[in-house]
Formats: sequence, C-alpha cells, structure tokens
Amino acid sequence: MDSADSADRYVPDSVRQAVKVLIVGAFGVGKTTLVGSVSEIEPLRTEETVTGAAVGVDALAGVEDKRTTTVAMDFGRLTLNDRLVMYLFGAPGQRRYWGMWDGLAEGALGVLAVVDTRRLAESFEVLAELELRGLPFVVAVNRFPDSEDHPVAELRGALDLTGDTPVVTFDARDRASSIDALITLVQSISGGATGPAGTEGTDHPDEAARGPVAYAPRQGERLPAER
Amino acid sequence: MTGNGGYRDSALRPYVITGGKFRPSRAALGVETLLLRAETAGPLPVTATRESRALVRMCERLLSLAEAAAHLKLPLSLVKVLASELVDAGYLVARSGIPQAARPDMELLQEVLDGLRRLR
Repeated sequence: MDSADSADRYVPDSVRQAVKVLIVGAFGVGKTTLVGSVSEIEPLRTEETVTGAAVGVDALAGVEDKRTTTVAMDFGRLTLNDRLVMYLFGAPGQRRYWGMWDGLAEGALGVLAVVDTRRLAESFEVLAELELRGLPFVVAVNRFPDSEDHPVAELRGALDLTGDTPVVTFDARDRASSIDALITLVQSISGGATGPAGTEGTDHPDEAARGPVAYAPRQGERLPAER
Repeated sequence: MTGNGGYRDSALRPYVITGGKFRPSRAALGVETLLLRAETAGPLPVTATRESRALVRMCERLLSLAEAAAHLKLPLSLVKVLASELVDAGYLVARSGIPQAARPDMELLQEVLDGLRRLR
C-alpha cells in the first residue's frame, strides 16, 4: 500500500489476532529450516535474555551475580486469513535454555518438537521436559535424506512417548509437508473435534462434547486493547 | 544457532535503557502480540529514550513485538519492557494473542486449521 520499501514487512491492517506455535528440538534438527519453509516473510532472528536462575547445568555453583546470556531465536509468520496470523518461534532445546520456554509458551497453541532419527538420544530430554511441563506437543520427525524410514510405532517406542502423544514424519525443507506437521499439531490440540487423526488432547472429558459454542463468551476477551 | 547465536553478556545496557525496570509493568504482552502506534497519542515526552522512539516509529503500522525487536536489533526482553510502558502510557495499542492461561477456543482452532489447509 505504501510505497516505502519496508512496507511489506508489516502485518496486514485487517489482522486482529495472532497465534503462535513453538518449534523446539535439539541443535541441528531442522527448526530453522522448518521456519524458513513455511514463513511468508524472510525468517527473522531476535535475541531473548536467559537469566542465570534457570540455566541448570550451566549454572555456576556459588556465583550469585545477575548473569544473563542471550540466545538467538529464529521466527517466521503465516497469514492464516485476513484477521489472523500465526507466528512460529524456533526455541533451542538445550537444557540451559529451558528457562525461556515458559515465557515463549505462554499463550502458545502448542509445541512442535522436531526430532532427528539419526540422533534420537538427543531428543529424549527435550521430550521428557515437554511432558514434565505439560505443554501440548506433537513429535515431528524430520526426514533427512540419509535417515532410514522408521515406522511411527517403532519411533514412538524408541522415544518412550506416552500413549497419546501424536508422532508425525515430515520433511522440514518442504512447505506442504511442514504445514501438514502444523495441521497435526492443531488437530491434536483440538482433541480431534476439528478433523480426523486427532487424539484426545484435553483434560476435561466433556470438552469435546460441548463444542465451539461453549466458548463463545470468551470471544470479547481476546482483544483486550483493540482499537 | 549460527552467526550471532553465541553468548553475550548484556545485562547492563537494557537495564539503563529501561530506566532500571527489569520487568514489564503488566505481563500481558507476548512475543506475538501485535503492536500499533496509537493514533490519538501526542508526541513522546522529551525524556523518552531513543529505543522507545524507535519502537513507536517501527509500529507506525501493525507489527508483532518480536518482529519489531528483530528489525530494531534490540533484545526481546528489552522490547517487552518498553512496549509495556508505551501501551500503559497510551502511545502504543496492543492487539493481543490468546488470553493468558486460557485454553484456545475451538472456533479459533478451526480457523487456524482452515487457514493452514488453504496454505498447503
């Protein structure tokens, strides 16, 4: 609309709501590739501050200063319709960065946990931590060109997943395949009520039965400061 | 995580820029919160920092907090603090994401699904 060359960086004016999905995984599993495949903007990089209090193994015993480190994070954007955009945030899976998951996961639809079958062991603690934190997640197994094809049941066993955690295989370099992984995540969050192949993802047994109407009163709360 | 992805000690500068405030004055802003300059707001006070001015300028049109931070090359946590203050003071308007601690409603999830399927 504007002739300014930075104009296309902006979100369409009609957009009223943003949702986000977290992409986590061990180093090098394809988080950045996935964000790059599906983002409609050139993926952006920003820094988040990680404070010393929650850094686990990196914490220096006895050192009490307010030490902070920063970690780079890649993210991208998808316009879902003229009023709704989705952001994908790639968050590092190393233990020392778990502290930043909380802030990022707040208000997120869910988490896509990207896994590389050639290095399954590196994903164990990431998945265990996601389970521990009770974040809704789907395991997305990135098919690398030189990775063997493992049946999903086999992977589920190898990853020691609880019974209802969905596992999907995908190719992070492929846009449609990556979007399919996101679709599986959203289906799983909605407890299968919005499509096939979902698993029960709710703590409230009667939730699926209530359907969309039960949530209608909450509509007004979505946009606390809309102008 | 390549390039600038390494460690950097950056505790001091953000502290100075935010006038000594460590946390957002209200926690409602997320990295995905959409920000827009408030049409009705007057000019920023003369005491406003360069970073606050840059943020308001960046949000001349709709942009998420994370995008604004990336374009301004400022840390997310710093931009969160600045944006919270600017929203509180009426210079920025926030179009939020899902209300904190509330489950996304089915209608929204269906909308997300439909959008994703269209993009496939």
